[in-house]
Amino acid sequence: MFDSLKNLMQIFSGRDESHQLNRISSTFSNLQSQGRKALIPFITAGDPHPDATVLLMHQLVQSGADIIELGVPFSDPMADGPTIQRSSERALKHHINLSQVLDMVAEFRHRDTGTPVVLMGYANPIEAMGYEAFAVKAKASGVDGILIVDYPPEESVEWVQQLDRHGIDAIFLLSPTTPEARIEQVAKLAKGYIYYVSLKGVTGASHLDLQDVSAMVARLRQSITIPIGVGFGIRDGATAKAVADLADAVVVGSRIIEEIEQSPSAELLSNVGNFLHGLRKSVDGH
Amino acid sequence: MNVYDLPSKDGHFGPYGGIFVAETLISALEDLRKQYEFYRNDADFKAEFADELKHYVGRPNPIYHAKRWSEHLGGAQILLKREDLNHTGAHKINNTIGQALLAKRMGKRRIIAETGAGQHGVASATVAARYGMECVVYMGSEDVRRQATNVYRMKLLGATVIPVESGSRTLKDALNEAMRDWVTNVENTFYIIGTVAGPHPYPMMVRDFQAVIGNEAKVQMQEDYNRQPDALIACVGGGSNAIGLFYPYINDDSVRLIGVEAAGKGIDTAQHAATLSMGKPGVLHGNRTYLIQDENGQIMETHSISAGLDYPGVGPEHAWLKDCGRAEYVAITDDEALQAFHALCRFEGIMPALESSHALAYAAKYAPTLPKDSLLLVNLSGRGDKDMATVAQMSGLTL
Repeated sequence: MFDSLKNLMQIFSGRDESHQLNRISSTFSNLQSQGRKALIPFITAGDPHPDATVLLMHQLVQSGADIIELGVPFSDPMADGPTIQRSSERALKHHINLSQVLDMVAEFRHRDTGTPVVLMGYANPIEAMGYEAFAVKAKASGVDGILIVDYPPEESVEWVQQLDRHGIDAIFLLSPTTPEARIEQVAKLAKGYIYYVSLKGVTGASHLDLQDVSAMVARLRQSITIPIGVGFGIRDGATAKAVADLADAVVVGSRIIEEIEQSPSAELLSNVGNFLHGLRKSVDGH
Repeated sequence: MNVYDLPSKDGHFGPYGGIFVAETLISALEDLRKQYEFYRNDADFKAEFADELKHYVGRPNPIYHAKRWSEHLGGAQILLKREDLNHTGAHKINNTIGQALLAKRMGKRRIIAETGAGQHGVASATVAARYGMECVVYMGSEDVRRQATNVYRMKLLGATVIPVESGSRTLKDALNEAMRDWVTNVENTFYIIGTVAGPHPYPMMVRDFQAVIGNEAKVQMQEDYNRQPDALIACVGGGSNAIGLFYPYINDDSVRLIGVEAAGKGIDTAQHAATLSMGKPGVLHGNRTYLIQDENGQIMETHSISAGLDYPGVGPEHAWLKDCGRAEYVAITDDEALQAFHALCRFEGIMPALESSHALAYAAKYAPTLPKDSLLLVNLSGRGDKDMATVAQMSGLTL
C-alpha cells in the first residue's frame, strides 16, 4: 500500500502550488497572527431539518466558529459513533442528497463569503455524482475543502487531481496508528489542514488521552507544515482548551450534535450558539 | 487468455477492490497483508490448515450425482459439491479456520465477526471455541429475531452476540458495527470477515481459503467422471462459496462460471438483492464494487428469502469477472428457490440451505436445455436445517 502512495506522490510532486490564497489558509494565517487557535464545529447537513442547516451555520460563525465542517449524510457511516449516525439518519429521513448539501453551502455564501466550509463524508455519494461534476459544483457553491473518510491517499489519485484542478483542498486524516514513514508521505499530499484523529475509535467516544495527543502532535510537527487540527473525543471546554494548546485547531462534532438532538426547535439556534460560545471562550483562554 | 493473477499488489481487480477505509485501519490492514503474504507460503501454516480441514471440518466432502432429480428434469446431469456436509453445515468454516489460524499466529486473542443468517457467526464462534479465543459477533437486530436458533448456537459455543440497532438492522449494519469495533480495538482484535468483500487483503485471503472447494472438485471430477464439468453454478451474496468454486477454474475457458443472485420478489420490484444484475459500481465496506444504491449513492435495503444473500454489495472479484465476461450472473426469485428447496428434499433426500437453493433453482432451469451427457456442478454451499422455520412459514405453517 505504501508503494502506491509513493507513486501518487510522484504524480503530484510537480503540481502548481501558486494558486491564490484560499479561505482556509488565510483563516489560519489570520489566527496565527493574533496568537489564536481555530475552532471547527461539525454539523450534519439536513439535521435536524433541511431548513435549519444554513441558519445553524451562520449561528456557528456568530458564536465563534472559524471554519465549518459540514457532514454529508450517508446511509452507512462506518467511522461514526451512535450520535453522528443518528444525525445522518435524521437528515436522510428528509432525503438530503449531496447536491442539496452543495446548494446549502451556496446559500450560506450569500451572507458569508469569508468563513471556510469543509465537507466531510463518505465515498459513495461522491462516486454517484462523479469526481468532476462534484468538483465543479462544489467550487461554484463556495466549498473550500473536503475530507472523505474512506478515501485514503492510496485510492485518491484521480480524486485529488480533480480537486486540485478546481482549487478545493483535499484534507486527509492521520491517526495514532499511522506509522512514521506514512506521516511524511501524507504530509506532502495534504492541503488545508491535517485532521488528526485523536484516538483509536469512532466519533463521539470519550477517552481522548492528552498525553498521547501531545506526543503525537509533536511528532507530526516534524514533517507537517500545514496546520494540524485535532478531533474525536473533545466534549468540553477544558479538553478543547488543552487540545488548543497543543494543536492549531480543535474540531468538535458529536457534542454539538447532542445539543442539536436535545433542543426543542425554538431553542435550537440559541442552545447551539451558547454551547459553541462557551467552547470559544475556553479555547481563547478567557 | 493470459494467466489470471488478480488482485494487483495493491488489491485491485480491474477497477474494483482496493482499500477504502479510514486512516485508523490502514496500518492494521497493511500488517494483515504482510502477515498473510508470509503465512500463505509458510509450510507449517499450510500443513496445519490442511490438517484442520481434514480432521475438524471433515474434508474432502464428496461430489454427489443427483441422479433422480436430473432424470426428472430431463437434461444435463446435476452434480452437487457437498459443502453442506462440513462441520457446522456450510462452507463458511473453511474461511474461519484459515483466519483464526492467522489470528493465532499474529497473537490476537479476540476475534470479531459480522453475520447475517448466522452461518458465519456460528463458524466464527466454533473456531473461537476450538482455539480458545474470545469471540464477539455483530448481528442486525432484525436478523437476531429471524435467526433465533443460530443466535442460541453461537451463545452455546461461548460467543457474545451483539444485536445492531442502526440502519436497516441487517447484515450491512452488522458489518458497519464490526468495523467500528475493529477501529476501536485494533491492537488486540482480529476481524474475521465472512465473505470475499471488505478492504484488501480480505477478498483475496477469503478466496484463497475457500479455494479448497474448487481445488477438491477439480481432482474429484477427474477421478469420478474423467473430465471437468461444462458449467459451475453457485449462489452469490457476498460471493465466497462461488469464488471458492470458480477460482481454480478461472483459467479453464471450457468451463462456464455461473453466479446466481437473489431476485427476491423479482428484479423488476424494489425487493431483491441482485447486486450484479441491477446495481451500479460504488464504494462501501472498504472496497469498490457493484452496489444496490439510489441515484444519490445511498445504500438501499435489499430483500431475499435467504438471509445469507440479503446484502447490497458483492465481492469485488465477482464485479470484475462480470465486467470482463469470464463469469455470468443470473437471478432467481424467492419462489423459484423455494421450489428447488422442496425438489431436492423430495428427489434426493437432501435439505439444502435457502442460499444454495438459488443455485439449484438455476440448475433446474438450465439443465433441461442441455444434452444428457452435459455435467453441471452446483455448489451445495450449506444445509437447510436452519431454514426450516422460514420454509414452514412460507408454506403457511408454524412450527
